[in-house]
Amino acid sequence: MTTKFSPDHEYIRVEGSTGIVGITNYAQEALGDIVFVELPAVGKVLRKGDEAAVVESVKAASEIYAPVAGTVTEVNEELSGNPGLINTDPTATGWIYKIAINNPSELDDLLDDAAYADLTK
Amino acid sequence: MSEPETQLKTVPLDAGHVALGGRMVPFGGYSLPVQYPSGIMAEHKWTREHAGLFDVSHMGPSFLTLTNPTGDAEAGHAAVAELVEPLVCGDIKGLKPGQVRYTLMLNESGGAIDDLMIGRSPLFPGSLYIVVNAGTKDNDFALIAKAAGDKAKLTRADDGALLALQGPEAVAVLDTIVPGVADLSFMTYAPFDWNGSKLIIARSGYTGEDGCEILCSVEKAVQLWDALLADERVKPIGLGARDSLRLEAGLPLYGHDLDETVSPTEAGLNFAVSKRRREAADFPGAARIIKEFAGDLARIRVGLFVEGAPAREGADILDESGAVVGRVTSGGFAPSLARAIALGFVPPAYAAPGTKLQVSVRGRLQPAEVTATPFVPHRYHRKPKA
Repeated sequence: MTTKFSPDHEYIRVEGSTGIVGITNYAQEALGDIVFVELPAVGKVLRKGDEAAVVESVKAASEIYAPVAGTVTEVNEELSGNPGLINTDPTATGWIYKIAINNPSELDDLLDDAAYADLTK
Repeated sequence: MSEPETQLKTVPLDAGHVALGGRMVPFGGYSLPVQYPSGIMAEHKWTREHAGLFDVSHMGPSFLTLTNPTGDAEAGHAAVAELVEPLVCGDIKGLKPGQVRYTLMLNESGGAIDDLMIGRSPLFPGSLYIVVNAGTKDNDFALIAKAAGDKAKLTRADDGALLALQGPEAVAVLDTIVPGVADLSFMTYAPFDWNGSKLIIARSGYTGEDGCEILCSVEKAVQLWDALLADERVKPIGLGARDSLRLEAGLPLYGHDLDETVSPTEAGLNFAVSKRRREAADFPGAARIIKEFAGDLARIRVGLFVEGAPAREGADILDESGAVVGRVTSGGFAPSLARAIALGFVPPAYAAPGTKLQVSVRGRLQPAEVTATPFVPHRYHRKPKA
């Protein structure tokens, strides 16, 4: 199981051919209190870089992009009632959606732990 | 938020904000904290329950004082009020010593050049305390100075520190540091001596809560900030929560809910068009505004409860059939209500509380309902009427 990162601060945790996507701890800290999450529709086909979800803080809305191409297989319905999970637990219970990855080689273009840590230093 | 950082001015408390972990952002040409580590939500709620300390030093405090004061309190006040009244729709002549009034500076077509506070000095005949908005202050000050000519001198005080202490415990806290402040009633101000320095304290604010705005010299700013924060009822609050508090209080924000096309009547600020001025029709744009008072109004500012995602500035407002009828001018999430709220403009036919409308958020229509403002009741400290 590997986790890769986009320069836009999404993470994708890869489990087999599925990726679990959310925003990083760095991103949730930058956004502040999350008050609303607009989830993608299950079955939605995303190209790499497409807007997949919207996370809203008190101040502003932020688009969440697809780090790789694929089809949305599941969304985190818990976030509808408790968007603050993204603040308290962004990489576990605060995940946003799962995606069936079309082309695993796209993962190679993303940042690994060390490169992402470098980016957010 | 696209101002180049090199041109940003810093406030006297800049280092203190950074030391407290304030997230500094460009705001009205200044670098100011949008929030501290506890976050907008916690800061907002703290202010509603206790006392929040805001640095609003980007705003434009100033004093307008007669060049040749006569010494007679009423004649002096009448003379200085006469200089500014042609710019604004408020009754400035009618101010009592120490009284502060919210008013608007208007252009010839009745649009708002700015909204501002004007106070009559409690001590000096012929002197006004005027506080204008950050983004408009250079133009405002130029207009006021021009109107004053050689009859009065405008002294800017916007290089000092302006602090706002807001919330139900704010005045009690401030009174322990500056005894006597608790005797001020809402919309009055007075000078106070503090540690060998002068503070100008107005019982006012823009959060809907009781509280004060304090003008302090640069030299004493850190000392005052620290003295206030030493009280456990006080926490530093950023401009993010100031905006959400302001929105819940249903108060318009210049540059968003107010601009040079919006009249006070459209903005729902009829109270700011004083009766005497209305009867005399002697303010800029009077012809339009008096017609609007009679009901001839193209649009009016309303409050909206929004279902689902927050509808922010620029979102279309639609009627139930899907026709666009207006636009959101500020909107967001109300921490006290845990729901999305907005201010926007619609034609009067859609302005009654309870009217069902829709808002467009990222192309998706969401239900909205017109509601009376303030969204959260004001808790100003008004003296009971005698």
